[in-house]
Order: sequence, then C-alpha cells, then structure tokens
Amino acid sequence: MNGTLKLAFKLLVNDKGKYAALLVGIMFAVFLMVQMTSIFSGILAKSSSTVINLGAQVWVMDPAVNNVANSIPMPDYVLDAVRSINGVKYAVPLYSGGALVKLRSGVFQSVTVLGLDDNSLFGRPELIAGKIEDIYAENAFIAVQDAEIRKLGDIRLGTDFELNDHRGVIVGIAKVTASGLFGIPTLYTTYSRAIQYIPSTRFTISYILVEPKNDDAILHIQEQVKRLGYQALTKEEFMQKIANYYKYQTGLGTNIFIMTIVSFLVGLSISGQTFYTFILENLEKFGALKAIGAKGRELVYMILFQATFTALVGYGLGVGLCTLIITAAKLKVPDYSANITFTTLAFAFVMVLIIAAISSYIGIRKVLKIEPFDIFRG
Amino acid sequence: MNSAVSAHELIKWFGEGDAKTFAVSGVSFEANFGEIFFIVGPSGSGKTTLLSMISGILRPNSGTVAIDSVEIWKLNPDRIAEFRLNKVGFVFQDYHLFPRLTTAENVAIPLILKKHDWDESIREAVGYLEIVGLKNKAELPPVKLSGGEQQRVAIARALVSKPDILIFDEPTASLDGDTGRRIMDFVKTEVLNDKRCILIVTHDSRIFEFADRIMTMEDGKIVGIENRRDGAE
Ligand SMILES: Nc1ncnc2c1ncn2[C@@H]1O[C@H](COP(=O)(O)OP(=O)(O)OP(=O)(O)O)[C@@H](O)[C@H]1O
Ligand SMILES: [Mg+2]
Repeated sequence: MNGTLKLAFKLLVNDKGKYAALLVGIMFAVFLMVQMTSIFSGILAKSSSTVINLGAQVWVMDPAVNNVANSIPMPDYVLDAVRSINGVKYAVPLYSGGALVKLRSGVFQSVTVLGLDDNSLFGRPELIAGKIEDIYAENAFIAVQDAEIRKLGDIRLGTDFELNDHRGVIVGIAKVTASGLFGIPTLYTTYSRAIQYIPSTRFTISYILVEPKNDDAILHIQEQVKRLGYQALTKEEFMQKIANYYKYQTGLGTNIFIMTIVSFLVGLSISGQTFYTFILENLEKFGALKAIGAKGRELVYMILFQATFTALVGYGLGVGLCTLIITAAKLKVPDYSANITFTTLAFAFVMVLIIAAISSYIGIRKVLKIEPFDIFRG
Repeated sequence: MNSAVSAHELIKWFGEGDAKTFAVSGVSFEANFGEIFFIVGPSGSGKTTLLSMISGILRPNSGTVAIDSVEIWKLNPDRIAEFRLNKVGFVFQDYHLFPRLTTAENVAIPLILKKHDWDESIREAVGYLEIVGLKNKAELPPVKLSGGEQQRVAIARALVSKPDILIFDEPTASLDGDTGRRIMDFVKTEVLNDKRCILIVTHDSRIFEFADRIMTMEDGKIVGIENRRDGAE
C-alpha cells in the first residue's frame, strides 16, 4: 500500500472509538435500507407469483385488473376473437379464483384455484410427485409445494378433501418458482373442473394466455386486443403493473420509500457527524502535515481513502447483518418475504457512496482551508 | 560558501484598509550554515511571521528569501511543499505529534511523505529516535512520553529528512529550565553541523547562551544583531 494511504488508514482505525461509531452508523444505514427494499422486492416478487409460474408471454385481461388475484371475468367471445388475431400462435383460457376447502380434519382452508386449459394444459407446473395426465382423472387436483402447503395438512398423493360438496383428490405435487403473497395454498386443476366446482358469474375466463408466433407480433396483438376493449400485456408489463399497484395504490411503496430515505438520513448524519468530528480532531495534525510538506491533493487522497474504506467495510457489515437476519427470519417464518436483489444491493451501495462523498467533502473543505501558518503560530 | 538563509526586504501585512497591520516591515538578514541563529523580541514583533516566510509557509507581500541560493517564493506551490519537505525541518511549539501513531511512525512521517518504503522509513525513524535517546520508546504513542521526550521526538521528526534548515519556534516554552537546557545542549552538540543552519525563535533568556547570533526584532523591524560566538568568525 502507498505510504500516505497506510498513514491515513492507521490514523483512522487506531481511533477505535470513532472508527467503531462510523462503522455502526453506516452498517445500520445499509442494514435498514437493504432490509426495507428487500422486503418490498420480496412482496413484489410474491405478488406476481402466478404470472411468473404460469410463464405465458402475453396476458389478456380486463383493463381494470391491477393485481393478478383480483381478475375480472371475460366473456367467451373474447377468447375466440383473440384466437383469430394475426400473429397469435395459440390462446387459452385460464381460470383463477378463490375457494374454501374442507380438509379431512374438518378444518376449512381458503385456497387459490388455477384452472388450466383442458386441451393444452398450458402453464402447467413441473411435478415432483405424480403424473400430469392424472389431472384429467376424476376430482383431480395438483397441490403446490410452497411455504403454504402445510396449511392443507399432511398432503400426499391420494389425500382427499371437500370443495363445495365436490370431492377433491390430490394427484400430484408441483414445484413452482415463486410462492404467493397472500399466505394461502394453491391448487391446480383443469379449466372445466374449476368452473364446474366453483360457483362463478356469467363469465368465467379470468385471463387469456397467449403465445405469439414471434416477438414482433406482440405489438399487433396488443393493438387488436385494445380494439376489443381489453388489454394485452406481456409478462413483464403485467408484473410491472402489479408492482405499480403495490407501490402507488396501497401506501406500501410510499411507506417503504419514506423509511428508506429516513434510514439513509440517519446513516448519513451518524457517519457524517462522526467523520466530521474525526477530521476536526485531526485538523491541526493535517495542518502540521501540510507545513511539513504534504501537498493539498495528498491530504485529499488520504481523506477520500478514509471515507471510502469506512464506507466499504460498513457496507459489508450492513449487508452481512441483513443476510443474517433475513436468513434467520426465513427459518422461523417460511412465508417471510424478503429478497436481497442485486438492485437492492446496488442501491444501498450507491447510497453509501453518497454518504462517503458528503462526509469527505465536508472534511476536505476543512482540511484544504487550514493554513500551515496558523498551525505554526499555535 | 553560500548563506544558508538570505532574506531581503521582507514585508508582510495582514488585513486591509484601517485594519491593515504590518507584521514584518522590511527585514533583511543572512544566516549561515553551521550556526545557531536566535530571533528574539517582544510578543507581536513579527518573529513567527518572519520564520514562516523564511521556511516557505507564508508568502511575503514583497521581498525575497533565498535558501542556499534558491529563491523559494519564485517556485510554484507544489515545489514549495517539496522544498519544505526536503530542506526544512520544523519543530513546532506544541510538537503536533499524532496521538494515534507510535513514536516511530510519527518520526517517519516526512519519509513517508517522500514516498519512501514504509518499513524502511520506520527503521530509519528508529535510528533517529536512538540519536535523541528514545529508541526504547519507539513503539509507544507520544502521549505516554514526558514533555521533554515529546520535544525530542519532534526534533527526531525534523531531522529525519536531513534538512539544511531547522526551524524551532519557542522550543523550550513548555519545558522546565533543566529540560530546556538539556534539549538545547543536545541541539548544539548533536544536531548542529556545518551543513546546517538552525533558526530558533524564543523568549527564554535562559537558553541565550546556546546562540551564535541573536537578532532582536521590534514592531516588525530588526533592532540589532548580537554576535555571541567567542572570538567570532
Ligand atoms: N493571520 C493573521 N491575521 C492578522 N494579523 C496577524 C496574523 N498573524 C499575525 N498577525 C499579526 O502580526 C503581528 C506579528 O505576529 P507574530 O505572530 O509574527 O508575532 P511574534 O513575534 O511571533 O509574537 P509571539 O512572541 O507572541 O509569538 C502581530 O501583531 C499579529 O497580531
Ligand atoms: Mg510567535
């Protein structure tokens, strides 16, 4: 290491009390920011779980739908109309709705039922037990192996339950990429069985899942669907729409945003304040270094190094603490929704760099202003 | 041989308009290698201001300073910093040692600023601590040392870059009489050599006996230079 930087390093870490205070300040700021944004991104990921799991490229829905769980049924003619749009390879109906099942133990449990198109089973999940063809068997349902499955009791192939006076039998256990936000289990069955077992309104199609012939066709499909008075969204657009709903219409986003800003400000004020005192306390010494012959820019490097080094270590500690706590929480609460994403980490990293930049800016201004003559005069 | 220090018509004022005060008003003198040159005078007479202009810390309003024939105020700021680093050793009145560094690290600072290797700088610093009789305190922080010992650490730090000019401002002000005399004795016998010029600002008449010449200032002007060396040059 360059000698002056080593000097800066020693001046910083040998002041154990202040160094610890700096690290704690940054660590908590990072912890809070990462925690907040992780919880939020966890919630967002879960809120789009059905969209992720079914994997369809384009979703057709009523324009008023803002959240996958609250679908607005569409009449059958829409399906026919969509099928006849140029560029559509195929289009299938999806049923999505809530139901109450009565378990063998006598307990009632609400579930989400997804009814897949009978012919294609488009959007079918990957099974870890059972065969997908068995979904056509009498009363067949497939349970999803996620954090909620235990709410259905001891589930295995052949387990039965009651659903609106119909019998239901588990014929398969499925694996999914994302589990849902609402803390209830998911059952897959066929579209026809879903609308037969679950009382519904005049219209029964919750969504139309579309496979376009190619990516270029998507725009055309969207325009045509719009003419029908409905909306076609790509998977990403739909997820974004759901995310926007949670961000802007539930107050959740605003609260998380405020908390994140507050965490940032708390971190900034603790670290900025401590770093400033650190500089002030060493100001005369920096002046003495100047008198001895250190150039202004060398002192700037020293301070930048001190601030950056502290920021990086504090960032590491904060992310570490966050990982620890989220992991521990997930062990205790399987539904705990928090995702440490790359975006979250990058965001916190940028915020920490801003804290370091502001702190060193204050320090550098002080140090550049000091006149060796004043040090000399005492 | 060149003069170690050659100051010509130095003028320095502070403030503007009504508040304008002349700290140094037209000072010219020369100091030689191999001599201990004292600057004395009442408080506010401009001693520190003069010393700062000579050592490249404070730019004069007019006049010139030549150190070993190099006119320092013609250099750019980076060169002046390098000049201070390479040619001048400072012993500040309140030492300005870093409390969080060891004694040896404090002494090594000028070498580190000169981009010498860290370990080598520390080794050299310990050598200078040995010269000032503090080798056994090399690993301690300066606060664990007495005032006189800290003064010697500051001297070691000033010596480590083998400067031509050594600047002391009130070296004995915060020391008791005995310690002050011992330090000055050390400076005279161990630090002074014929390639070095030592400039000392002091109020302390107890150490006047160590001076080769004493220049007295009043109101920013020289009022006399007294030769103290027995049987002068
Ligand atoms: N930065 C400054 N701004 C304004 N006036 C100053 C400044 N520095 C010095 N002076 C004035 O210049 C004059 C000389 O000051 P200087 O410090 O050189 O005196 P000194 O002889 O070293 O005094 P002392 O024995 O008290 O240290 C004083 O009148 C002082 O008030
Ligand atoms: Mg003075």
